[in-house]
Amino acid sequence: MSLYETQSPLTQSISLPRSREGDPVFSEPWQAQAFAMTVHLHQKGVFSWQEWADSLSREVHRPGRAADGSEYFEAWLAALCHLLSEKNVASSATLLALQQSWQRAAEATPHGKPIELASDPMRGQ
Amino acid sequence: MTTDNRDDHHDGHHHHDNHYSDMEARVRALETVLTQKGLIDPAAIDAIVETYETKVGPRNGAHVVARAWVDADFADWLKRDATAAIASLGFTGRQGEHMRAVFNTGDTHNLVVCTLCSCYPWSVLGLPPVWYKAPAYRSRAVMDPRGVLAEFDVVLPETTKIRVWDSTAELRYLVIPQRPEGTDDMDVEQLMHLVTRDSMIGTGLALSPSARQK
Repeated sequence: MSLYETQSPLTQSISLPRSREGDPVFSEPWQAQAFAMTVHLHQKGVFSWQEWADSLSREVHRPGRAADGSEYFEAWLAALCHLLSEKNVASSATLLALQQSWQRAAEATPHGKPIELASDPMRGQ
Repeated sequence: MTTDNRDDHHDGHHHHDNHYSDMEARVRALETVLTQKGLIDPAAIDAIVETYETKVGPRNGAHVVARAWVDADFADWLKRDATAAIASLGFTGRQGEHMRAVFNTGDTHNLVVCTLCSCYPWSVLGLPPVWYKAPAYRSRAVMDPRGVLAEFDVVLPETTKIRVWDSTAELRYLVIPQRPEGTDDMDVEQLMHLVTRDSMIGTGLALSPSARQK
């Protein structure tokens, strides 16, 4: 299975930071999760390689994006969100509401306890 | 258990709340929607992340260790203020956590764990290995560190004291392994390759130059 996953064409994505061995390099855990989610959705056929490449390219080259690549995975995540919105999988409003809900849930959770969405004090109101 | 000394003077800090950056929260939001729609299986995502876990990270920690081996002033700075010393090399955690470097010596071996969750200095070590997050490691590292080390093929002399450091949300530990023998002629770049991720958690030792050839 690992062989299959590492062969995902997404490892060939434009400007993806790579190690000398050619493996993607992440500097924070969420980046690896975003990468893995994209690989998985592509494998399931939610979008095509070309659709992904176009969406990512748009985000990477967007005016105002840091030129040094430091915002690469911010662009990656934005590209994924746009694609999912275009495919009517998740609207940007839904994602933003959930994002804020997760942030409130995190703040409300003491260290050491798993963070759960249900811990958002404003959820269900 | 006389040789085992759990350092828990930071337990009082465990009440600190969690925080998600916008990006972290957005990833959680996506995961929630996609899971609800049956488009992803979180276990499959973890499996993909795992395939990369040993390869990620720009090897920042190895750089810190190698520098400490060759530069006594840097090592001293690292001992006094690891957060600043590590930041001087350009490696900082965005969560603003403090770092403390714990040095292995002939008498003392250090082992890092987070008993409550899985705090991990990923700004220097990349992504945490799956076993680090496993309840078995988290509980046994404190109860039976020698047994845990043996499972990692690390067998220390009975006289070596093992200190177990319990990470918190705002204080994370980096183990500085002992410099291997026969490396006097090596520079930082060469030494970095002897510093494994496990050696910086304490579940391994730095490689000898001959082991590195394998």
